[in-house]
Amino acid sequence: MLEHYISLFVKSIFIDNIALSLFLGMCTFLAVSRRVDTAAGLGVAVVVVQSITVPVNNLIYNHVLRQGALEWAGLGGADLRFLGLITYIGVIAAMVQILEMALDKFFPRLYNALGIFLPLITVNCAILGGSLFMVERDYTFNESVVFGLGSGIGWALAIIMLAGLREKMKYSRVPAGLRGLGITFITAGLMAMIFMLFSGIQL
Amino acid sequence: MALVKKTLLDPVIRNNPIAIQVLGICSALAVTSRLDTTLIMCLAVIFVTSFSNVSISMIRSHIPSSVRIIVEMTIIASLVIIADQLIRAYFFDVSKQLSVYVGLIITNCIIMGRAEAFALQNPPWPSLLDGFGNGLGYSVILIAVAVVRELFGQGKLLGVSIIPLDTEGGWYTANGVLLLPASAFFLIGGLIWIIRTVHKDLVEEA
Repeated sequence: MLEHYISLFVKSIFIDNIALSLFLGMCTFLAVSRRVDTAAGLGVAVVVVQSITVPVNNLIYNHVLRQGALEWAGLGGADLRFLGLITYIGVIAAMVQILEMALDKFFPRLYNALGIFLPLITVNCAILGGSLFMVERDYTFNESVVFGLGSGIGWALAIIMLAGLREKMKYSRVPAGLRGLGITFITAGLMAMIFMLFSGIQL
Repeated sequence: MALVKKTLLDPVIRNNPIAIQVLGICSALAVTSRLDTTLIMCLAVIFVTSFSNVSISMIRSHIPSSVRIIVEMTIIASLVIIADQLIRAYFFDVSKQLSVYVGLIITNCIIMGRAEAFALQNPPWPSLLDGFGNGLGYSVILIAVAVVRELFGQGKLLGVSIIPLDTEGGWYTANGVLLLPASAFFLIGGLIWIIRTVHKDLVEEA
């Protein structure tokens, strides 16, 4: 059983990397990867939020939204799955808000380091995408904990690597029209191709 | 009339949401391997941007600014649920291929970005045009990428064979790389290069 969780963990970091194989959280991935330290701050924030929201949404999906989940309340026939999207985004917004307040109170240093990135995470599609993939692949609660943590780490890894490459790129002569965004796209494309090597691994 | 034209057409090339404003990239990469899925996705995005801009613009003077993000999120999420249910009802096969990316329109930054940057300051009619224009700008890039990927990756457009493939006795060897998601990065990077070479003032500082 442990083996199953470890392979899911490795799979969600490398093989199904949420940024480079599933293309989620691209806007922030391209916009906030100018420097390694800011990229690392955002990466940590995503790991934390992702590993909280995916399991919470899993509980809500399995115990409230799923068809027949409200049997105990006499609503056995209710199928609330169409409310999924609005519920998940609500949970994510609320979680980010709570996390912000908790960090501000108990870990002021971490709070200052993360700064504006925390509220930005609400609209990062990697977070909502994580919850939606969890529902689509029908993960159990334990699997969703592993998947949340793994996919968060995968995203953080990808953005830190891209930021490292972009810092080095200051020393190269990029054609005028490609400067900034253009070359970042092409770099990310090369990284995505490299990450495809992992898809050959059998777990 | 000039204003209508400017609000509507500016986002298509000059201020394109994907190539210039860097908004809404995720779905641009993930859904463009075939033209039919791309078209459905574009229609959904145009629908959501137009109507979210109009609705937010209509209630803009009643929203307290401290809770505006939540209000905007609720409006956008409701519109996306409508779009998602419609796609599931009428295009079930396509909805399977789009998988989670329809739901991800909620966090597509184009919609949130236009609501914040335009609809909160402008009356409903210009907001509708702005939303429609930005949806259109998004679609132009997506359709361009999808046409290249499907035509040169499979020799087909909308499932109809255009270039005869060598596997079926034709002359064209399909370029498999274009079917891989990574190729979308290169195509969009190339489009950005073209747009910025034509409009020199958009070039970024090194």
